[in-house]
Amino acid sequence: MKLFDNHKKLFSTATLFFVGLTILVAIMPAIRNQDNNQPLPGAQELSPEAVKGKALFVANGCVACHTQQVRNVDMDKMWGSRPSLAADYADIHRIDVWRNTATLMGTERTGPDLTDIGNRQPSKDWNLVHLYNPRIVVKESIMPAYPWLFAIKKEPSKSDIVVNVPAQYLNGQEGKVVATKEAMYLIAYLQSLKQTKLPDGTTAPAFLYKREEKKVTGASGAEPDGKAIFTANCQSCHQANGEGLPGAFPPLKGSPVVLGDDLEKYVDIIMNGYDARAEFGVMPPVGTNMQFTEHEVAALINYERTSWGNNGKKVTPEEVKKIIDFVKLKAAK
Amino acid sequence: MKPSKIITRALLLLAASLLKVLPAKAQTATPSDFSFSSAAALTWVLFIVLLIVFFAALVLKQKVNGIKDSNKVKTEEEQKRVLQAHTRNLNSKQIGKLSDYKKRKSINTIVLLVILSVFPGTSMWAQETSKPADSLLNETGIIITIILLLIPILFAIIFLIVKVINVVNQTRNQQNLEEADRLAAYLRTLPEEEINTHLKRRKAALDYRLKQDELSGNQPAEDEKGLLQVNGQTGLPIVALKKKALPRPNIDPELSRLILWYLGCATFWLLFGTTIGEYVGIKFVAPDADHVSWLSFGRLRPVHTNAVFWGWASLGMLGLGYYVVPRVSNTKLANIKYGWWALWLINAAVILGTVCLMAGINNGGGEYREYVWPVTLLFAIGVVLTLINFLQTIARRTTKEIYISNWYIVAAIIFAIVITVVAYVPYWQNGLGETIIQGYYMHQGVGMWFMLFTLGIVYYFLPQQLNKPIYSYSLGILAFWTQILFYTLIGTHHFVFSSIPWWLQTVAIVGSAGMVIPVIAGTTNFIMTFKGAWYKIKDSYTLPFFLVGIIFYFTGSMQGTAEAFRSTNLIWHFTDFTVAHSHLTMYGIICFFLWAGIYAIIPRLTGKEAPQITIGAHFWLALIGLMFYTIPLMYGSTLKGLLWMQGKPFIDGVVLMAPYWLWRAIGGSLMWLSHLFFAYNMYKMLARRYVVDVRETAIQKLDDTSSSAHPIA
Repeated sequence: MKLFDNHKKLFSTATLFFVGLTILVAIMPAIRNQDNNQPLPGAQELSPEAVKGKALFVANGCVACHTQQVRNVDMDKMWGSRPSLAADYADIHRIDVWRNTATLMGTERTGPDLTDIGNRQPSKDWNLVHLYNPRIVVKESIMPAYPWLFAIKKEPSKSDIVVNVPAQYLNGQEGKVVATKEAMYLIAYLQSLKQTKLPDGTTAPAFLYKREEKKVTGASGAEPDGKAIFTANCQSCHQANGEGLPGAFPPLKGSPVVLGDDLEKYVDIIMNGYDARAEFGVMPPVGTNMQFTEHEVAALINYERTSWGNNGKKVTPEEVKKIIDFVKLKAAK
Repeated sequence: MKPSKIITRALLLLAASLLKVLPAKAQTATPSDFSFSSAAALTWVLFIVLLIVFFAALVLKQKVNGIKDSNKVKTEEEQKRVLQAHTRNLNSKQIGKLSDYKKRKSINTIVLLVILSVFPGTSMWAQETSKPADSLLNETGIIITIILLLIPILFAIIFLIVKVINVVNQTRNQQNLEEADRLAAYLRTLPEEEINTHLKRRKAALDYRLKQDELSGNQPAEDEKGLLQVNGQTGLPIVALKKKALPRPNIDPELSRLILWYLGCATFWLLFGTTIGEYVGIKFVAPDADHVSWLSFGRLRPVHTNAVFWGWASLGMLGLGYYVVPRVSNTKLANIKYGWWALWLINAAVILGTVCLMAGINNGGGEYREYVWPVTLLFAIGVVLTLINFLQTIARRTTKEIYISNWYIVAAIIFAIVITVVAYVPYWQNGLGETIIQGYYMHQGVGMWFMLFTLGIVYYFLPQQLNKPIYSYSLGILAFWTQILFYTLIGTHHFVFSSIPWWLQTVAIVGSAGMVIPVIAGTTNFIMTFKGAWYKIKDSYTLPFFLVGIIFYFTGSMQGTAEAFRSTNLIWHFTDFTVAHSHLTMYGIICFFLWAGIYAIIPRLTGKEAPQITIGAHFWLALIGLMFYTIPLMYGSTLKGLLWMQGKPFIDGVVLMAPYWLWRAIGGSLMWLSHLFFAYNMYKMLARRYVVDVRETAIQKLDDTSSSAHPIA
């Protein structure tokens, strides 16, 4: 064919074909999505510290393992209360003249999704310890340690933020671990990562590919697995052996709250969090964040009351249901 | 009783006995429940023993039947037929002896020695008692006891069989001796003229031998056209001996030097990039290996991917491209200087990019565009210079048509420039725009730059190495246009179920399915080019690389299509399956094709070849390493995906992956080791070692003396 024997015509045709398709499937959709999406009304802008923290997040390539997208499939439910929307990313712009926009959606989830980490793990203490070396709090973790975001000081001043690191993780260094500015920026960024609530009256898109619901089983079927709930939501602070981390997270083994008679206080802490003791970190409202049902709370309580040598009274979902309704009202006030 | 009847009866009996033992277990046992200490295992052992006994009985039965048949009293007719048949089948030596005998017959009477001493062996018929299957069978002790008991029984059976076979043989020999007696008597009575006519003729026929020079003639051998290359080495070769590459004297030495520099730099970046990759892989197993910020996982991962992409694969492809483009245009390269500029610019981009990434300076986290734009700009200028160079070369071609290799190579370069511009121009990169462009960019980079360029290289080197034309030019053209049509669409399949528009995700999935067309067209074309030349693989050390590349081109690309569907995306997306897939394709296809091309041309340019044993080591370590790397990762990440779908705690998935990450590190180490061999091979092919070539020097000395003797000449 003549076309094929003329290099100008041949390569122009191929280029036009490719560029045309590129405009159709990449550039036009990109421009339309860039221009037609607005941030949600309640969306919070990043604080100056969080902006610096995000730069650190980008610089250290955290996106290689951590996604920031809740997909509209059922298995992603654990990462947020609703699927991520175009609006969630609408306010992200080019960083500076050197660097491109960082939506940080990610393509691999070697570590947990961070879309809603600010709600799921708001504890500063936990984040600092975890950042110094993740294996202090999650021994199976393969996340890199970031000790260069911390300094070791023999005598920290009052304004220094001291991190409670067990001696075995100090590699023989003497002194106290103190968080640097950078560590605090990074944590400010992580704490700012929260899913914005949809405006009243809008319904979130559905999670697709629902798995067979075994949880909501009244008469037939098994109760939810208390151990799995504990592993997913509690273990990173209170640890698999229930002993917590001295100076950071309280033990549940032999805890008066777990074993005591005040079920209302116990359920309240699970649902709404706790910050009553200065020596320990703040506990987030895990139950509310994860939308625990009374079945799940009961299974969790029963697991905690019968593990690590604990020997407490078991509870039923019905008992728990009443208290959940009650503490919800209390929290609303 | 007929054997068939025995067989059916025995089988029925066995089946019945098995059924009697098995039913209790049959309902509950699954393959994974199998244990050697279970009743099921015992049943199977028993079954196997019975089966052996059964076959032993069958064999014995046959032997006994054979004896019975030969013992049957034969009629006069039958006996005579047998004797005549024997006579006909005498061999030449025997016939000779027979005629000698006939000559001596009048004087001598022959005495036939018959030594017969048959000791009829005592047969032992052991009887196998069936074991009762009761609850005790579950006890390990009982099972061990039974097995211990079975061992002597088995030996007894074997002993019995050996004995019986001996008896059978002895009986048969006795019969044969008797028959020999009869035959001798018969031969003695055979008339003289029969021996002279028939048997002598037969002897002459049997004695006929070829002279061994019927085809070759009897003139001394001579290789007038210099076609033969006799391998002077003797002794057993450790590795298979492959054909040597033929030197190509008509390559411009300047171009040669440029190509060698490209390929040398590429080799460096391969070693560097995969050393980093290996270390990053180890960090999955040993996350506390170091605590240095410049070496932390998140910073090194893009260093690895970018170094092997823009350093190794791109420079390797361009190096081969500088050879292919002028060659198939049948002209000189338009501008050598531009070639050098491109080489330095691309090297500079990778060096600077690596330092930036390790220092924590990157473009914002989009995969494969982690280099900031000033760094990528250097790379882009290098690619633009190459494009100008290649287009000018093609414009001066002395062939009418543009060979298909140049379609692919030049299109790949044009598209790479388009992709880079689209990826780095900021006007459509805010919010979700960035994600859409990212999906487009990361996949076009792979499919339009690496794959298209490499296909161009294969379209030249594969026919060249096979010494036959490409199977179908039209299939190549079909693959070219359909690749552009479908590949351009598929980028966003990396963001299925994300918040980018649903229709765009669907377009990507449809495009991924459409990729079946170019992939099958390309694979068919390459495989059919091999047709009729498969035998060449064993003679060549480049063709195995091509073959592996073709296999992965098909499987790897088809895997990509399979991954794109929503249902599979659900399981595999976000897991290490993607990592396995990208290695299966970038390594299995691109690297293997590049190595094939490199091993094909460097010996032609330098006249030096690498030792075949280290080329073999490179090939096998790379291939086996890749398998160790990808298969455990695919298996483990499928389990991980299913675990996620069940809503299990996230950390369970991390624990689950630990052994598969270890396997990945092992496979990665093998791959890395293979690159050391590759680097050594490169050194062997490139190094300017001064070794005195005796013949060459001798001739030169002759030249020198003659020129000094006649200075005017």
